[in-house]
Amino acid sequence: MSALPNPAIYRSRFRRNRIAVTLGYASAVFGVGWIAIILAILVYKGIGGLSLDVFTQMTPPPGSAGGLLNAIAGSAIMTVLAVLIGTPVGVLAGTYLSEFGKHDRIAAIVRFVNDILLSAPSVVVGLFVYEIMVAPMGHFSGYAGAVALAVIVIPVVVRTTEDMLNLVPDTMREAAASIGLPRSHMIIHIAYRAARAGIVTGILLAIARVSGETAPLLFTALNNQFWSMNMNAPMPSLPVVIFQFALSPYAEWQKLAWTGALIITVTVLGLSILARTLTHRR
Amino acid sequence: MDVSVKSVPLSVDMPAQAGSTAKLEEKISIRNLEFFYGESRALKKIDLPLYAKKVTAFIGPSGCGKSTLLRVLNRMYDLYPGQRATGEVVLDGENLLAPGLDINLLRARVGMVFQKPTPFPMSIYENIAFGIRLYEDLPKAEIDNRVESALRRAALWEEVKDKLNAGGQALSGGQQQRLCIARTVAVRPEVILFDEPCSALDPISTAKIEELIDELKQDYTIVIVTHNMQQAARVSDFTTFMYLGEVVEFGPTATIFTAPTDKRTQDYITGRFG
Amino acid sequence: MANEHTVKSFEEELKRLTNLIARMGGMVETQIATAIQSVVKRDADLAATVVQADVRVDELEREIDDQVLRVMALRQPVASDLRLVLGALRIGADLERAADYAKNVAKRAGVLAQVPPLRPVHSIPRMGAMVREMLKDVLDAFAAGDVVKAVSVWNRDEELDEMYASLFRELLTYMMEDPRNISGSTHLLFIAKNIERIGDHTTNIAETIHFLVKGVPLRDIRPKGDVSSFAIVGSERGDGTGSAA
Repeated sequence: MSALPNPAIYRSRFRRNRIAVTLGYASAVFGVGWIAIILAILVYKGIGGLSLDVFTQMTPPPGSAGGLLNAIAGSAIMTVLAVLIGTPVGVLAGTYLSEFGKHDRIAAIVRFVNDILLSAPSVVVGLFVYEIMVAPMGHFSGYAGAVALAVIVIPVVVRTTEDMLNLVPDTMREAAASIGLPRSHMIIHIAYRAARAGIVTGILLAIARVSGETAPLLFTALNNQFWSMNMNAPMPSLPVVIFQFALSPYAEWQKLAWTGALIITVTVLGLSILARTLTHRR
Repeated sequence: MDVSVKSVPLSVDMPAQAGSTAKLEEKISIRNLEFFYGESRALKKIDLPLYAKKVTAFIGPSGCGKSTLLRVLNRMYDLYPGQRATGEVVLDGENLLAPGLDINLLRARVGMVFQKPTPFPMSIYENIAFGIRLYEDLPKAEIDNRVESALRRAALWEEVKDKLNAGGQALSGGQQQRLCIARTVAVRPEVILFDEPCSALDPISTAKIEELIDELKQDYTIVIVTHNMQQAARVSDFTTFMYLGEVVEFGPTATIFTAPTDKRTQDYITGRFG
Repeated sequence: MANEHTVKSFEEELKRLTNLIARMGGMVETQIATAIQSVVKRDADLAATVVQADVRVDELEREIDDQVLRVMALRQPVASDLRLVLGALRIGADLERAADYAKNVAKRAGVLAQVPPLRPVHSIPRMGAMVREMLKDVLDAFAAGDVVKAVSVWNRDEELDEMYASLFRELLTYMMEDPRNISGSTHLLFIAKNIERIGDHTTNIAETIHFLVKGVPLRDIRPKGDVSSFAIVGSERGDGTGSAA
């Protein structure tokens, strides 16, 4: 090996590299640190309240013990309904964008609007559904809550579906066409199959996203102290209960709020990890 | 170098090669074909015969239009907006460029194998059965037979017969390419187009594919685009040299590779280009 | 060639091949010239040098063979390159045969020096000059890829054959005149035949050049001036003007 041409230049470059790397590490630690602190406090404050009662008892009146069953059930029902509404719409729209409208003007507009929707504040979504559903109906309802969540689900699913279908190589489409496969068959039997893991991941991420949403539910499903499976009436949900209980002056409620927060966080974390492994298996 | 010799009458007629030229039958006749990507003309006045049960190779530098020409033959370009062809491509008396032609039926008659192996995201068995079921309603046993014969035709049966339910993508590159050939053959086309089928394969896999092409030409009309001139020399009966969207020279492969007429062909195949 | 190879080392290997042909051609020209001179000057020593030098021609031919093999194996030449390489192989063989004939001429020159000189020996330098000219031209044609020149050499072979035929007739009369002339005349006849054969190999080279430049063989019937094979002593057509094939 020949000697370094100019040690001074090399040393200064080496120093600059060290500084940049150090700054990078510091920022990473700073960012991850906050998440770690949040998780730590959540676990510290929430784990104590975790018991079977949480999953079997209704939300209690102030000053007495209880659980979160009605809130968990309400959240689950509204989320499932939101996904049932949002997924078909989202997948079909994503399919249009990727398979049919690649070069269309309309597609460009749809894509743009979808991106705006994707980053729209959820409180705006809540307000919107309040205006079109709650106000005309005259009362809060689980349906309105589910619709609000669906509006959040749709753009996420549209985006991931389009991206995942775009990842299916054109040669695969050409290969399908080359044996005389009509386009609809190609999309259903080839493209969806190739993009399946990605699309499912998108849906899981959408679930993770909506299961923590509070703002849109405040305007739509509101809350309910009791067990209620009536979708046409106000419905409890975990985030809203947490919101309400955390702000209350009662220690039992505050404790339940922490536990609820822990449950949501673990659920979201679990979904994210599942989504991760699904994408990696491809 | 181009001298005209007057003192002696020179015999310049082509030596009879590529088998008996007597019973050549035109499977596809390309007449006055032009192709456009939007406004730019990629193929200029192509006239070319493709003979039945012969292998015709398209060679030429990148961007000469050989792949474009290949993709006209099964109208693959229809998948993309802004691409159009004028002129005639006549397959057994039928103009493929005519409006109203059922493109999916056309593609069942003119199969294609691509540069990169493209197995569908399903089992080896399904990869082949899928295309068969598309056009024929057959009992399971019959489909099993067809799958087996297609795999045998592609010299893959012995290697996969015990794992027909494994994913097509689990095979090696060369096996995947043979799976794609089996998939194409299973639909029972008349013409098979190969678009650089070996460019992603090692020499042994390449040799297997070449051997396969040689066997397939007993039953099919084959067109192959290749960057590898030795490959064109090895597998084809006729060679078409294309340059800048035109057919510069077409002739029996043995003639093209021993005594091409056009200087550009000569320069290209001997490696003197540019 | 107008264009050079993109791969320069390939170009150099082909150049090496043409250079070997040129060197071998030059060597064979000298061999012929020296052999003829040894006949004319009745110089047995000079003749011996030709015989010795033939080994070097053979070596050069082997070198050409090796180079052809190498290019074929490593470069897989096609079209004009393939024709050049195959042409070089054939030209090498033709030159080697021509050199062998020169050696034969020299061998007989040694014998001829021991018998009394014959008058028809004057035809030999004329034939020799002619064949040397043909060989020189054909080598030039090879170097320049000049088909016209190659074809002109090819045409001249007829003249050489005619010279041989007339010498043949002349020697026949000599031998009939006086049987003591038979021994010397026979040697002289063989010398002339050897020169005529060199001419044939030169024509072969011309044909090869035509093929390697044009890609098609020169297929017309070769001009034949040599009709001696139809001459019969004592017949009414003993003048040797039998009809050509």
